[in-house]
Amino acid sequence: MSTQETEARQEATAVVQPAGGTLRGVGVSAWFGSRRVLEGVDIDMRAGVVTALIGPSGCGKSTFLRILNRMHELVPIATLAGSVLLDGDDIYGTALPITEVRRRIGMVFQKPNPFPAMTIGDNVMAGLKLTGRKAPNREQLIEESLRRAGLWNEVRNRLNAPAGGLSGGQQQRLCIARSLAVRPDVLLMDEPCSALDPTSTRRIEETIHELKDQVTIVIVTHNMQQAQRVSQHCAFFLAAEDEPGRVVEQGATEHIFGSPEDPRTADYVNGRFG
Amino acid sequence: MAATRAIAPKPDEKPDISDKSAEVAMRAPRRRPRAWRWADVGEFAGSAASALLLTWLIFDRFLPFRIQGVAFAVAWYALTLPIYWLVVRDGHGPVAARDRLASILITTGAALALSPIFLVVGYVTIRGLGVIDFGFLTETMELTGPLSEAGDGGLLHSLVGTLQQLGIATLIAVPLGVLTAVYLSEITGPLARPTRLVADAMTALPSIVAGLFVYSIVVIRTGWGFSGFAGSLALTILMLPTVTIAAEQVLRVVPGSLREAALALGSPYWRSVLLVVLPTARAGLATAVILGMARVVGETAPVLLTVGGTNILNVNPFSDYQDNIPLFVFNQIRSSKETFVERAWGGALLLLILVLVLFVLARLAGGAGPGGKSRRRRGAAK
Repeated sequence: MSTQETEARQEATAVVQPAGGTLRGVGVSAWFGSRRVLEGVDIDMRAGVVTALIGPSGCGKSTFLRILNRMHELVPIATLAGSVLLDGDDIYGTALPITEVRRRIGMVFQKPNPFPAMTIGDNVMAGLKLTGRKAPNREQLIEESLRRAGLWNEVRNRLNAPAGGLSGGQQQRLCIARSLAVRPDVLLMDEPCSALDPTSTRRIEETIHELKDQVTIVIVTHNMQQAQRVSQHCAFFLAAEDEPGRVVEQGATEHIFGSPEDPRTADYVNGRFG
Repeated sequence: MAATRAIAPKPDEKPDISDKSAEVAMRAPRRRPRAWRWADVGEFAGSAASALLLTWLIFDRFLPFRIQGVAFAVAWYALTLPIYWLVVRDGHGPVAARDRLASILITTGAALALSPIFLVVGYVTIRGLGVIDFGFLTETMELTGPLSEAGDGGLLHSLVGTLQQLGIATLIAVPLGVLTAVYLSEITGPLARPTRLVADAMTALPSIVAGLFVYSIVVIRTGWGFSGFAGSLALTILMLPTVTIAAEQVLRVVPGSLREAALALGSPYWRSVLLVVLPTARAGLATAVILGMARVVGETAPVLLTVGGTNILNVNPFSDYQDNIPLFVFNQIRSSKETFVERAWGGALLLLILVLVLFVLARLAGGAGPGGKSRRRRGAAK
């Protein structure tokens, strides 16, 4: 029914910025089997704001991110508690079908994963095809998505080439374009630059900056400078030995990096551990 | 300058390099540490030659009786090894000698493992080549009697039967096999383990059992009688596990990150399998299908019990006796007439060619996807 309606609505709201959805984790805990990896996480991810999740390895930030678009449950032994609200609706509730949740909350993974059996153009359109929707103006959507991901000028002449021929950084931006083509309200990024060189990293950070007012962005990163550069809101995760991960401190990025209240945060952001 | 020039030119330098790079090359000649030199070949050839002469000396001059053939070759080989070892040790030291000796032994092993293939293919080719001509492919055995020449008659009826039966078996077995593979690798329901176990066990199913099963159920019970279709069913039983297992292994190689990417876009699971997993594995699936076909194209026992065998062309696989190439070979080779036996070898050669074509198709299909193409391109660029 509402592809065009939603589009129209989004275009309308795009004028009244910022666009995007508000995502809210309320008391989120997570388990793998009997091992608890995350406890009582409350984070508000507002529209127009890039939220960065930082913390040492194994502190549960990626798990939290995967809970935000129901990828967590792909692991057979994974369970969780608490709720995640997208514009006030529980994404684990019955009101929202799982496919709709994942369409509205897109995800970019750590390693670029374009579909190798498809061309660059088909990769961008893959989301629509996979959700069984028709694209009325294919060329336009491809161009728009690639432009938003900052890849258009590099691939405009080889949209019919296989996606595997792109460089790592280009592949990652292609994945971002693929996620944007289904017009998500929220974009989750799981260490999107960890496999990339500095130039590609900067290009993707620019992309994040340009997208910030169009879609809510949540990014997991191990790179303190990156968190400082791209985010406005920041949450510091930490897991003590044999304990689940918790949010030690969260707030405005300047605050977390400038004058953190918790000594552990200060130690981490200044590179004294982790 | 003159001095450099005097030592510089080397015979192994590429002749078509430009002046500037030639000068660079003159100053620092290119080294190829792993390339073989003529001296190495010479060492081996010399050792082999002296071993040959020594063997000849022993066999033809010293031994009171004559042993020829295999014993001669074995003795030659056995004498070459120590002579070569001594030569290399003298020139390059004991480590190099041991290294070369090991290389020769390993190469011998590889050659021995390969030799049956070449012997079989070579023998069948030599025996069969005389019979195969245009008429062999376009005539049947309907009017060919015991007194006909070997060049008369042909196996058109068998070729048609083989292609039809193989085609029908493929049409049935491939969808079933690929769906089973999808169940095993994508859905992994509670039946996955027993299914995989049964599929594994079925690859070892004796083909005569498959033939007997179809014979008793389809040919006898239903009263349908012998037909090409019954043969197809028997071949399907044999083909199904091969296709299933090969396809499952191919699907398992598809990275999980692609499935996650598809799901993260909001795709239902079945669409992600249909539009992402299967196309990604397309090349491998084609290989699986062709491997399954090659597995059954030469089966004789199951078709013997279900197809019947005939000398007449029957293009309807659903009723009456048909023939196929393995049956043709089986029936002709049992004859006491030399002409029939020769035709059997022709049929065997044609069967080999058919299998070869299927394997070439499998290799082509294996490298045909977008990924495969770029892989080849990358290899060529190096």
